[in-house]
Amino acid sequence: MAKFAKKRVTEFPEVIPVTEALREGDIFTKLSFLIWGLGNLVRKQIVQGLLFLGLEASFIWYFISFGFGALADFITLGTEAQTEVFNEAKQVYEYLPGDNSQLCLLYGVVTIFVAIGFFLVSRAATRSSYIAEKAVKAGKKPLTFKQTINEFNDRRMYQVFLAFPFGGLLLFNVMPLFFMILMAFTNYDRNHLPPGNLFDWVGFENFTRVLNTGSDLGRTFWPVLGWTIVWAIFATFLNYILGIILALIINRKDTKIKGFWRFIFMLTIAVPQFVSLLVVNTMIQEHGAFNLMIKELFGAGPLPFLTNVTWARVTVIIINLWVGIPYTLISVTGILKNIPAELYEAAKLDGAGPVTTFFKITMPYMMFVMTPQLIVSFMQNINNFNVIFLLTNGAPATDAYYRGTAGKTDLLVTWLYKLTIDNKDYNLGAVIGILTFILMAAMSLLTYRNSASYKEEEGFS
Amino acid sequence: MEKKYRSATTQRKVTNILVHLFLVVLSLIWIFPIFWVVLLSFRVQKGQYITSFLPSQLTLDNYVKLFTDTAIFNFPRWFMNTLFISICSCIITTFFVLAISYVLSRLRFKIRKPYMNIAMILGMFPGFMSMIAIYYILKGFSLTEGPFIYLALILVYSGSAGLEFYVAKGFFDTIPRALDEAAIIDGATKWDVFSKIIMPLSKPIVVYTILKAFMAPWLDFIFAKVIAGADPRYYTVAIGLYTMLNKENIMNWYAPFAAGAVCVSIPIAILFIYLQRFYADGLSGAVKG
Repeated sequence: MAKFAKKRVTEFPEVIPVTEALREGDIFTKLSFLIWGLGNLVRKQIVQGLLFLGLEASFIWYFISFGFGALADFITLGTEAQTEVFNEAKQVYEYLPGDNSQLCLLYGVVTIFVAIGFFLVSRAATRSSYIAEKAVKAGKKPLTFKQTINEFNDRRMYQVFLAFPFGGLLLFNVMPLFFMILMAFTNYDRNHLPPGNLFDWVGFENFTRVLNTGSDLGRTFWPVLGWTIVWAIFATFLNYILGIILALIINRKDTKIKGFWRFIFMLTIAVPQFVSLLVVNTMIQEHGAFNLMIKELFGAGPLPFLTNVTWARVTVIIINLWVGIPYTLISVTGILKNIPAELYEAAKLDGAGPVTTFFKITMPYMMFVMTPQLIVSFMQNINNFNVIFLLTNGAPATDAYYRGTAGKTDLLVTWLYKLTIDNKDYNLGAVIGILTFILMAAMSLLTYRNSASYKEEEGFS
Repeated sequence: MEKKYRSATTQRKVTNILVHLFLVVLSLIWIFPIFWVVLLSFRVQKGQYITSFLPSQLTLDNYVKLFTDTAIFNFPRWFMNTLFISICSCIITTFFVLAISYVLSRLRFKIRKPYMNIAMILGMFPGFMSMIAIYYILKGFSLTEGPFIYLALILVYSGSAGLEFYVAKGFFDTIPRALDEAAIIDGATKWDVFSKIIMPLSKPIVVYTILKAFMAPWLDFIFAKVIAGADPRYYTVAIGLYTMLNKENIMNWYAPFAAGAVCVSIPIAILFIYLQRFYADGLSGAVKG
């Protein structure tokens, strides 16, 4: 037990809990939580102290000039709508600008993040003061500014290395996501578009509308969810099994020019998807290349690749084989070579044919080794935007779905895209995004955390 | 006995021929759409509706039109746009990815595990769910008009690099820690370890990261479409070519689209196939037994 505790201490030597600083530190360290840099100034770390103070001044200036107002607007989401006033002199209607709910929401989110930042810097200021205090008490000189900077080269390098990617992530991933999640709880749809209209908080109303099987939205959501899952199952398992069979055929001892075959299949995924899938899309149109070929060869009429629901669904699954099998081929080739040869030899001695060997040896082994990858690819297929969007764009369209926003081959992600980009139902798009996330999170919690790569992460170090 | 032996070899020969025939047929199916694009790019007919399967005559006009008829669709400009954006975002992304992978693999600090868990959770949201919000944030900084679109796209492509650490971290994990420790005993700082020990040992993964980051702007059409919006001067090739297939343009631009697709696909395909080797090397680790 003692050994364990010791190990933890050496693992994070630099972390001093802020609670300890607040409890054990002197009055200046305690005050540093409110007046940043005070402790540093007292301990003659002039530059650090002034930097902290300047930072605090700019934070406070931000809150007084902008932040507090933004938080108030964030709660109301704006009170005055844009109004139309008739201008007698010019004989035209003029618009008096009102509150813009969307900007209220955005600035509110930004201010919340700034407030969290304020709190974090408060902690850093306290900690910095406490470190200086301890150095003085131990009879040492507190770190000069230059020494502090040099620390970023070594002991605190991880902070520099993390800071920039983390900042990018915060600005372009976390904050926008938070913003979108909040939209799910508003009525920001096509009837409440700023700046002409205000939108407001509505709580869980959107969620109940989408999940309710009786409502117009629910009658779209559940069938689209069903097709998304059917699609993901077919796309994942067909690609996987057929890909393994193809890999086995190419890897047979007697197959010649193995590299050439692999190259051919790789070529199709090397071409950007927006090229290959868009071209296939034009080929399966009513007057596209496939129908032309069928007409020239058999004299038959155009096949309803994109107009009949069942045809369209089967078509995308089959064309997805064309996209997906090469990926399987690349990822399984190495693993297939690892299957112990003794297993195959024993099977051969027992008189098993290639089909029996495949189902009794190859598949069980591959499933055992590759289950985590299979789950990842299942989740990627649930979110497979490119294939559906470029290949069918949801076609065939149907009036049965909510205001015709989704087609019969639309997945949840492409429906989300259409709801937000084409129809400006931002709140519904956000709800679909959150529900997709819940689906993915539930699946990955069940599987990813049990996978070997997660548990044995420290295996090499 | 001899007879039986002979029949076994004939059977093997027949199987071999069948297998190779099967592979030829499959290859033809797989290669067909690519062949179709190349054929299209040399077609005389410009539109989508074609009357005969094989073209009666071939021409280079589509390539000429693509590079000279720049009034509506300025393909050369799009190409340069994409090149510029991808070079800039590639530099930033590569630094971000390598830095974060190194830190997560080599250093131990308090927020390491929480960070990895949060990254996993963020990765589960549909990627473009935040797109609208990103657009409004960029608009808030007035980065969605004029040449600032370049900056906006560079930021968007490199902004989420902090999530892409899995492959590089896995590679760094395989470099023995004894190397770091020896260097630190000799007085090296952590920066020295990163720049003088880890980086030279990680060539495959560095190349992989660079090429992957370089390719992203050529392949994305969702973000580019939303951010570059209606201003075709700042389109990337992906979104530009996508626009050529709009209902109003497809009649005149289907064949030039194919020409553009060929021009973009050749370098991307070469990079991709080159990348595969590094990817396989990267997965197999730095130090071979």
